[in-house]
Formats: sequence, structure tokens, C-alpha cells
Amino acid sequence: MAATSMAQALNAALRDALSENERVLVFGEDVGQLGGVFRITDGLTAQFGEQRCFDTPLAEAGIVGYAVGLAMGGFLPVVEMQFDAFAYPAFEQIASHVAKIRNRTRGALSIPMVIRVPYAGGIGGVEHHCDSSEVYYVATPGLKVVTPATPADAYTLLRAAIDDPDPVVFMEPKKLYWSKEDTELRYDSEPLGRAAIRRSGKDATLIAYGPSVPVAMQAAKVAAEDGLDLEVVDLRSLVPFDDETVTASVRRTGRCVVVQEAQGFAGFGAEVAARVQERCFHSLSAPVIRVGGFDIPYPPPMLEHSHLPGVDRVLDAVDRLQFSDEPDGRYLTGVRA
Amino acid sequence: MSSPERWTQPQPAGTPAATAARPTSEQVIAGLRATSEGGPELVQLLTPEGERVHHPEFDVDFSDEELRGLYRDMVLVRRADREANALQRQGQLGLWVPLLGQEAAQIGAGRALRPEDMAFPGYREHGVAWCRGISPKDIMGMWRGTDHGSWDPVERRFHLYTIVIGNQCLNATGYAMGQRFEGKVGDDNGEATMVFFGDGATSQGDVHEAFVWASVYDAPLVFFCQNNQWAISEPTERQTRLPLYQRARGYGFPGIRVDGNDVLASLAVSRWALEECRHGNGPVLIEAFTYRMDAHTTSDDATRYRHSDELEAWKLKDPIERVRVHLSRNGIADHDWFDAVQAEADELAAELREHVYNLPDPPTERMFDHVYAEANPVLAAQRDEFLSYMSTFAGGEH
Repeated sequence: MAATSMAQALNAALRDALSENERVLVFGEDVGQLGGVFRITDGLTAQFGEQRCFDTPLAEAGIVGYAVGLAMGGFLPVVEMQFDAFAYPAFEQIASHVAKIRNRTRGALSIPMVIRVPYAGGIGGVEHHCDSSEVYYVATPGLKVVTPATPADAYTLLRAAIDDPDPVVFMEPKKLYWSKEDTELRYDSEPLGRAAIRRSGKDATLIAYGPSVPVAMQAAKVAAEDGLDLEVVDLRSLVPFDDETVTASVRRTGRCVVVQEAQGFAGFGAEVAARVQERCFHSLSAPVIRVGGFDIPYPPPMLEHSHLPGVDRVLDAVDRLQFSDEPDGRYLTGVRA
Repeated sequence: MSSPERWTQPQPAGTPAATAARPTSEQVIAGLRATSEGGPELVQLLTPEGERVHHPEFDVDFSDEELRGLYRDMVLVRRADREANALQRQGQLGLWVPLLGQEAAQIGAGRALRPEDMAFPGYREHGVAWCRGISPKDIMGMWRGTDHGSWDPVERRFHLYTIVIGNQCLNATGYAMGQRFEGKVGDDNGEATMVFFGDGATSQGDVHEAFVWASVYDAPLVFFCQNNQWAISEPTERQTRLPLYQRARGYGFPGIRVDGNDVLASLAVSRWALEECRHGNGPVLIEAFTYRMDAHTTSDDATRYRHSDELEAWKLKDPIERVRVHLSRNGIADHDWFDAVQAEADELAAELREHVYNLPDPPTERMFDHVYAEANPVLAAQRDEFLSYMSTFAGGEH
């Protein structure tokens, strides 16, 4: 079995989708001859021609607005937003049209498409290249939002996203593009919406997605050396959300830390924590703790290591899960007994 | 057909590079310029006085039957528009967006479309809708508040109304490119797409992007801009210092200003533009120079920002009256025929009123439908919980 990077897996998924379905079109900025700035579309124009994989004008609203029209005509667009923050001009088309056409036509018209968004930080990128923008899409009904954490999932989830009857925002964690695993790329047509348990454990559940999954895995590995057995849930699909897997895990472990790169305030982790708390209250031995980025604009690259939730901060949160039955001191100030 | 070079060459010598699109209030008051002046390049086939004039490039011979048909279309859509406006005033509609004054531009463009062509409207395109077989009744749910439109845009070849200004221009570009990808462009049987937007929309980035995309990909798309002089309260001079049709030159495709109150010119120019697109010579920009004779919507008060003498000047250019005069004077229609059309219009209005009165309120559970192909578990649980909660009230579920 060969070591495959996430970038290669995504490229293979696009290639296989283009081969299998002639209605699939891949387009975006620099995705043709260049193969995309991250080379995710490498070789696709050469193999399938400019009719199937092509460069567009530098206009993100245009890319998505154009995709809407093509999808109305029966094509299946898979478009690339070059970077997370570059997708904001397209947000109006995404929120007002992509997400709503099915509902506005009361089901008469659906416009399945995939909007690929390389997102999140950890690559030393300059301004506007490292945003964790997932919550904007998650908060827009009508969109599905998925994010892989492994090459195998990158392949499967992208194939599933392309086959999905609804528009899917496909968030690709940039810093994992070059991560490799020994895997065979297989597409088993499993619909979107299932979380994966990456590591079983009995003492606490770490819930993570996208770029935070390897961080959670590493934290679990370190904790194991200290005798703590952590379970790691990789959400994979933010919308639809897999309450079932998450709830079952936390009910089993009784403790939960949610890890995300995005800003914590009103972030997706807040939704996860709230859902866990509503569903697992009677099983919880400690409050659900969120570990995430700070509520600041993404900092300059030299500071990103402090901003991003790393293994240490995750383990610090795990330490606060009241294993010794001591309440978390930081929330006691001013509280009368 | 003209050569593409004509449209991409620099401006011919002697023509002004830029002129303010419309006069200032002071100029109007001083009688120096009229807002209703379309300029020397305005394509016109029927004067406001009902006189048929000829144009070297865009002339079309219309049969008597066609002329009567265009008149009938305009009278019917105006009557429906006035009825809907009244229905809003009587509390039967939440909002109405008046068409008054733009009938010729819309019927001209709408009748130029072939059944297989595609059209993308803004939100004031009741006249185009009529031509696409979307009756005024079909539109009422949106304005009464029972749905968001609901028709199948592809089957009806008419997209849902788009309220966000200018967005539809990009969607139309994509659709038009799909027509090209499918080999439906290139000869007399080719397909084309037409997109409708207003003078205000021309300031939107989406419209600029659509001009760029459509031109670099040679999209079979007619941009039909109804310059009705006002974007709610903002005059065209707040959007441009150049007559809008001239913008097309900067993008490398033809731009034509047509008298939008002249249904014959609107139809002839639209037909020409669609032909160009069918044959693969798109895109084309048409600026239909017209006037919004009523307020922006029923929530707007146009007396706060424009002079009544401007409206009076435009009334003399009424799109329907000039056709009526032409038909009468040339013996193409007689008094009885005009009466019959008016009676038909009144009947349409009565049916519309009846329809609105009887539009059922949507059932509560409907709001949960069609968010996704299948409700996801989170949404399904919300729906079930809410409906179960509602069922605990006396009188059943709602």
C-alpha cells in the first residue's frame, strides 16, 4: 500500500468523479494549467480538456454565481475557492442562492454542487490565508458542510459530496494537504453525516474536526502515557451533524473536550458543547470544555502557534475535567456556596 | 449582423467620451434638459405620438396581428399590475413592486424570447413573466407571503424573482454557458439566455463580474438593463457618468440604447440581440431607456425625491398610448376591439383578485420542507418536536 497525501487523495477523487460523470465540471482560479495553487487539480485539464476543468476570471462571486447557472442547466460544478478568506465575495451567492434554491422552488429545482474551500491555519500564511470560516456556512441552512482529517476520508468525503443531492461546502484543512497515510482510496457511497471514532477510550471524549483531529490524536497519545484513556471523535460532517455518535461517546466517557481552530465565541464548538450538554447532562462528571482559537483576527504567522489549540492546551483542558472531583477553580470566582 | 470590431474599436471621433446620464434637478427646473431625453443613439421605431419611424439597423416589419398582440399584452399586464397595487393597499398583499411604465420594455423583450430560451428576472419583471406563461396569479404567493415563488425555473424557462440586486446576472451567465457547452449555440436554432436588471444593479460587483465572464467566455447572453431612471430614490447619475449602454464597449461587446417605452423597438432590438447570441456572437447589452411611473414599491414614497413634472413629461411618452394611437390611426384596430381588450383586462383583474382572496395560508409544517433533499436528523428532530408542541394546544396542531 502506498503512502498517499491528502492532496493526492483529493486529486484522485476529482479525477474519478470527472471520469465517472460527464456532467461534473471543475473550475476556479488557476485550477487549469497550473493545477491549482495547492495542486489539487493537477493534471485534470490535461486529462479531461478545458471543457471539463478550466480557469476562471478572478472573481469568486462569479465562480459561485456561474456555478448556480450551470447547475440549473444540469451540470455538476465542483468549484475551488483559492483560500478561505477569498471566498467571502462569494458568500452572497452561497447564502442567498446556492443554499436556498431548493427551498424557494419548494423542491422543484435542486442545484447540487461542491464548493471546495482550503481553510484554517498552521502554514505560516500571510493575512487572509488562514481563516477558519466554517461557521458561516454551518449557520446557513440548505448547505452541507464537511471537512476531512485523513487522506482516506478526503477521498471518500469528496466523492460523497459530489454525489450528494445538496450543495456541499467542502472545507479542506490546508495544513493537512501534505499529511500522508498508507491507504487504499475507496469510495463506499456512504452518505455524508457520520462521525468517526478515531481512537477508543474510556476516560474522556475529545471531539475535533479537520485540522484539529491530529492535535486531538496526539493529545490522546500523550495522555495515555499518563494513564488517561481518551476517545477521539472526528466529526467529519458538521452539517448534517452526527448527534448519535457524539452522544454515545460522551455518555460512555462522562467527560468531553471540544477542540477547534476557529475562534471560540459562537464557534461551531459552542454548538457541539451545547448539544452534548443537552443530551448527556446526566452522564457528565464535568462541564464540557471548549479549546479553540482566540477571539481575534488571525494573528501574524509568528504568533499562530500560540493562537492555535495545540496538544498542551488540549491536555490542560483535559486536566480540568474534574478527575479528582475538584471543581474547575476558574469558574468559582464570585459564586456563593 | 455587425462585425465584432465595431464594438471594440475606440469611441468614434466627435462623440462625447462621457456625458452625465441624466440632468440635474436644477437643469430640469431651468428647462435646460429633460430627464426623458434618451439621446441621439436611442433606437426608436414608434414615436410617442404613435408615428412609425424606421431605423437603418433594427427595423422589423410587424404584422397587424403582432401589433394588436403587443398592445393586448401591455394592457393586460398593466391592468394586473394596477390590481395588485390596489390589493396591497387593501391589505391583501404584503408588498407590491409596480411595473407601471415599463410594459413596453418587458413585453418587447419577453416576446422576443423563444420558448426554449431562458430568462432570469429581477423582481419587477411581471411583464416578462407574462410572456413566459407565468401568470400574475403565479406571482401572488410571493407578495402575499405564502411562498417564495415556487415554480420550476428550468421547466418554465423563467427563473424565480431575484431580489438581491444583480445576483441573477452571474447565474444567467452560468446558464448561458451551459447552453454553449451542450452545443445549443451556433445556428438559427440556437438557444440564448436573457437576464433582466435595472440601472441601480449596474453598480453591483456581480453585474460587472457577469459582464467580464460573459465576454471572455462568449456567453449567449443578452443583458437587458431597464434604466427606469431611479434606484429607489437614487437617480441614475448616482450610478454612472456614462450612458449605461456605453459600458458594454469597455467589456468588448455591443451595447445598444433602445426606447424602452417603445414596444416595437424593444422587441426588434431584443430579437436582434438574441439572434446574435444564438449564433454564438454574444453577449449583448441592451439599455432600455424607460421610466418607473410609480413608486419603487408600495412601501416607497416617490414624492420625497423626485419632481412631479418629471412624471408628467414621461406620461407623454406612455408605452401603451402610442400603440393605441398607431393602431387607431392606421385602421389596425377599431373601437370594439379596444373595448374587448379592456374587458379582457378587467376580467383578468377580477380573477386575480379572486385568486388572492382564496390563496390558502401555508400549513406550518411546510416551512421545514425542502431545506435539503432529505431532512437531516437535526432538522427532522426540530420539526417533530415543534409539531408535537403545537399539537398540545386546544384545537389541534396549528
